[in-house]
Amino acid sequence: MALRIVVLTKPVPDPAAAAERLGPDGRLDRAASPAVINGNDEYTLEAALKLADSMGAEVTLLSMAPPTGVETMRKGLAMGAHRGVLVTDPALAGADGWSTVQVLAAALRTLEYDLVLAGFDTSDGVGGVVGAGIATLLKLPLLSSAAKIEPNADAGTVRVRRISPTGFDVLEAPMPALIVGTQLLGEPRYPSLKGIMAARSKEVVTKSLADLGLDAAAFGGAAARTKVTGTTKPPARGATQVVRGTPEEGAKAIADLLASRRLI
Amino acid sequence: MAETGALGGPGGLTAEERLLRDTAREFAQREVAPTAIERDEQERFDRSIFTGMGQLGLTGAPLPESVGGGGFSYLGWALVMEEIGAADMASAVTLSVHLLSQFPVLNYGTPEQTARWLPPMIAGEALGAFCLTEPSGGSDAAALRTRATPVDGADGVAAYRLEGTKIWISNAPEADRYLVFATVDPSKGPKGITAFLVEKGTPGFRFGAHEKKMGIRSCPATELIFDGALVPAANRLGEEGGGYRIALSSLAEGRISIGAGCVGIARSALEQSAAYLQQRKAFGAPLSELQGLKFMLAEMARDVAAARALVHEAARAKDRGEPIGELSSIAKWTASDTAMKVATDAVQLFGGSGYSRETGIERLMRDAKGAQIYEGTNQIHRLIVADAVLSRARV
Repeated sequence: MALRIVVLTKPVPDPAAAAERLGPDGRLDRAASPAVINGNDEYTLEAALKLADSMGAEVTLLSMAPPTGVETMRKGLAMGAHRGVLVTDPALAGADGWSTVQVLAAALRTLEYDLVLAGFDTSDGVGGVVGAGIATLLKLPLLSSAAKIEPNADAGTVRVRRISPTGFDVLEAPMPALIVGTQLLGEPRYPSLKGIMAARSKEVVTKSLADLGLDAAAFGGAAARTKVTGTTKPPARGATQVVRGTPEEGAKAIADLLASRRLI
Repeated sequence: MAETGALGGPGGLTAEERLLRDTAREFAQREVAPTAIERDEQERFDRSIFTGMGQLGLTGAPLPESVGGGGFSYLGWALVMEEIGAADMASAVTLSVHLLSQFPVLNYGTPEQTARWLPPMIAGEALGAFCLTEPSGGSDAAALRTRATPVDGADGVAAYRLEGTKIWISNAPEADRYLVFATVDPSKGPKGITAFLVEKGTPGFRFGAHEKKMGIRSCPATELIFDGALVPAANRLGEEGGGYRIALSSLAEGRISIGAGCVGIARSALEQSAAYLQQRKAFGAPLSELQGLKFMLAEMARDVAAARALVHEAARAKDRGEPIGELSSIAKWTASDTAMKVATDAVQLFGGSGYSRETGIERLMRDAKGAQIYEGTNQIHRLIVADAVLSRARV
């Protein structure tokens, strides 16, 4: 039987549009810029699609987002994912990481899967806790910082090459398991036109909190356990000098610069 | 990047159009842009780029799914052309002409012709060329002289014998399939013009001189010589004398497409200038702090946004099924003039390094100049627009 993989994909403001801003309530103004799939989630999606290409896998995208999340998901479907599940509910506005963990865990309880893949973190919240939180709630083995994912469908296990300060650890766990990926999984593909066309007829199922048997009052902004109390911009970067050329020329230019400042 | 404010911004695009644009951008930046300067310098057509466009699905993207195309909107096509044009206008012209030679078959071909002619073109296996211009002129399409003489068989006309010369045929001699306009009776003017589907290798059809161009140098343009080439009657597109209408009908689509490519040239000139002004220092400060140069940059941005808005409006009009004759002329004329102005300003802002052939900046200017001339000179577009305005006026 083909491996069943759920990939968590969060719609985030397009970093390329450089229009991210917070509203007066300290929450992200999601109308201010177009949404795209979180960059790190595309790396785990790419890993799932590679497994689909090499050993056969059914890839499902799972998001918790406003209703426009269906449109954002379209890219993942065009890249090759088979279907999408979007949890959307007005009560979820202002949800924090803890709400997200509970809601996505509840959604996963309604799905069949061998692997859940989560990106390293998201470019809007940069919390990086949702994957671990879901694994904890669902009592799934958590394999983090994955640079390579090798499932063994016959043995029902998955082996992960995990980056460590000194190199790699090789971890193995029974499936189902939750894996948090890194960009070392490989550059995400871009959708072909055939993929974009195929996505026209792919299904995205929308679920509300009630559909998941969850009490709306327990989630969203009112129930949030964390709150943004203030923000500061990082200090402006100093003047930069761009070095162009071959690696050899670049290395020489950088060495010359450091030498001229008496740093080497 | 290109999504600045409301003009051409994300609000007006569907999710599918954004995906199409992003995919075209990835392809253009990875596969087309890196070799653009070198191909221009060497005047070298790289078939593998066209093949890559075919594998990705660009070579039939705006054709309907019913004939095997992508079924994407024409606005989506304009987005694709902007991305390819921003990377390399020569590759954009190859692609645009390829599409231009397919639309007439789609619109006027019999089911048999459509099924025989289009699939390899949509797949990017066969490259197309659109053959209207002759030594006697290009803009005055009705004056063409290439003769098509009917050759009778047992059941009426079996074939046509083509005699004459075409010049400035883009994609030739690399193209495999040629849409050729010839007259069955020069005394009839436009009413004698007839369209034919001609395959490369047809006996009596050969190639003449290669044009030595100022710009779009890696997209070849060559003379075609018809020396008694026999084209089967089954390859006549539409009726005898129906060719003029066929030629004019698809020119409007081609103008939007080329206009979009020109927006790409202008955008590339703008983006590269914006980066350069911040890197280049003079008198102890980046050039971007000089108000005179900032004003130039602002005007370039204004012109790019305005040209894009016009091109998109023409593309949307086509998607809505509205007449696009006048609007496509305005869009192409504006966008090519914009590309020329913005590219010229970019050369000025880059100074000596813009004038050098090493940086690719002067290439934008040379490529833009061509677009003011082909696909209807911008003077012809003034005539089309003036006639449309006059025809609406109450007198």
